[in-house]
Amino acid sequence: MRELVVCSGKGGTGKTSVVAGLASLARGIVLADCDVDASNLFLVLDPEVERSHPFIAGHLARIKQSECLACGKCHELCQYTAIRQILDEAGDRTFFIDPLHCEGCGVCVHFCPTEAIDFFSRRCGQWYESRTPFGPLVHADLDVGAENSGKLVTKVREQARRLAENYGMDLILIDGPPGIGCPVTASLTGADLALMVTEPSLSGLHDLKRIVELASYFRVPAMVCINKYDLSPRLTEMVEKYCAEQGLPVIGRIPFEPLVNEAQATGRSLIEYAPQCEASRIMTEIWHLLECQLSESKQLKG
Amino acid sequence: MRVAIASGKGGTGKTTVAVNLAVTIARQGRSVHLCDCDVEEPNAHLFLDPVFSARWPVTVPVPAVDQDLCSHCGKCADICEFNAIACLPDRTMIFPDLCHSCSGCWLVCPQKAITPEEETIGNISTGKAGELVFTQGRLLVGQSLVPPLIKAVKDVSGDESWIIFDAPPGTTCPVMATMQGVDFVVLVTEPTPFGRHDLALALDLTRQLNISCGVVINRYESNPGQVENLCLREGVEILARIPFRRHVASACAEGGLAVDADAEVAAALSELAYNLTARAVTA
Repeated sequence: MRELVVCSGKGGTGKTSVVAGLASLARGIVLADCDVDASNLFLVLDPEVERSHPFIAGHLARIKQSECLACGKCHELCQYTAIRQILDEAGDRTFFIDPLHCEGCGVCVHFCPTEAIDFFSRRCGQWYESRTPFGPLVHADLDVGAENSGKLVTKVREQARRLAENYGMDLILIDGPPGIGCPVTASLTGADLALMVTEPSLSGLHDLKRIVELASYFRVPAMVCINKYDLSPRLTEMVEKYCAEQGLPVIGRIPFEPLVNEAQATGRSLIEYAPQCEASRIMTEIWHLLECQLSESKQLKG
Repeated sequence: MRVAIASGKGGTGKTTVAVNLAVTIARQGRSVHLCDCDVEEPNAHLFLDPVFSARWPVTVPVPAVDQDLCSHCGKCADICEFNAIACLPDRTMIFPDLCHSCSGCWLVCPQKAITPEEETIGNISTGKAGELVFTQGRLLVGQSLVPPLIKAVKDVSGDESWIIFDAPPGTTCPVMATMQGVDFVVLVTEPTPFGRHDLALALDLTRQLNISCGVVINRYESNPGQVENLCLREGVEILARIPFRRHVASACAEGGLAVDADAEVAAALSELAYNLTARAVTA
């Protein structure tokens, strides 16, 4: 089983549109949307949710007011300013915990002299197993403002692997989140190949360099495709120069295609919506090159 | 007035709006400090060519174990909720990448064998870009503890009359760290199903944090209906509509300012500045 992860560093370069396109070309694969923070892949794959599960991770502390002596120890120890105090008119203090700031470290729970702080398991979101026309999809919604995005990504990938085994499918296609922080690290580690979707802009190039550095830190081989390449020929040239210096293959240049938005509005990938357009043709080429690369890496792995 | 520029979805134009809004307000003769809080992928400097006058590392405390003092009792590993400590029979191992700097382990260690040691997670640069005061944070590649770095970036801002924070994409901890304590949030979206979906999440976050917000629709062209309807239904003001112009996209790609590339885009940014100023007066 192999895992292909699509990343970008910068947001909005077209990761999800590319993933949807590749999915409709590949067929018979497992899809994993690891952008758990703002998942969008389901919007263009028209999935039927078969099972949904709560995502429980970490803890949340809560003060039992009846047992609290208002000594202030928790307030003093908390590193996240999650413990707030209110002074009433008589000058008495009441402490409470702001769940948005609590990281669930348990320090206040441990050091409270009267054991007045409860420590609950925390629901941080939901994850789903769905069916799409192109294969099973595992996706998730992290609750707004919740912690543990990296753990939820790991959960999605684990489940995708399980489904791939069950269905005897050989490839998992991962839609990665933007950035280089914990959810990205969790999406990238251990993948067989990363496709970096970039755009010809100084921002796109700047962020590409950082995600490429991260991929090489985790020893994940990378290939690059330049989306909307015709928006700036000069920057496309700069991106290509950088990739050549780094020995990164550029496996496709996709032109700016206003039909992408129309396709999205109908809930379909560009490949399905406009199979004849230039962007669809290039994406098909990209898919063939990825397939070759993946089967080579499979042979190397034995 | 402290304003955060955010969006659920990436690539909707947060940085474009933040930079061009800052420039627009500064050109009106007011003091502006732009802080790039997208420390994973900081991009604002690419449009501003800043001259930095200071740069320093940001550190967080992580545990260091004195193996000679350690009695391998395992209390540190027990209290750690983040699996950052493994207590083996002959030594205690620390995984700094997983550490949240909660201080539990060094407080709980009966042998006083654990002391906090500062680990660098990124750095901050500050300086001037024309009339703007400009500060950015930059996460070291391989580090994943983002919120403390964002807080450190925000701490640099001073008594300027406008402080603009360019937020990272998403709706989790890094975005919350950027939004906390601001007077107003501008949510930048685009008229697509992805934009609409993620805007709804971002609106939800501003409500949880109890911060007022308004929306900017970027790349405004055909089919804005879904986004406009969402704003109407949620009672959120649309502060500006920035038209899509291909030559503006190309100019921005090469590090140019949108307000210098197109008069209509400049007018939309002026409208945004005007609407925010009205908020600042009533705030």
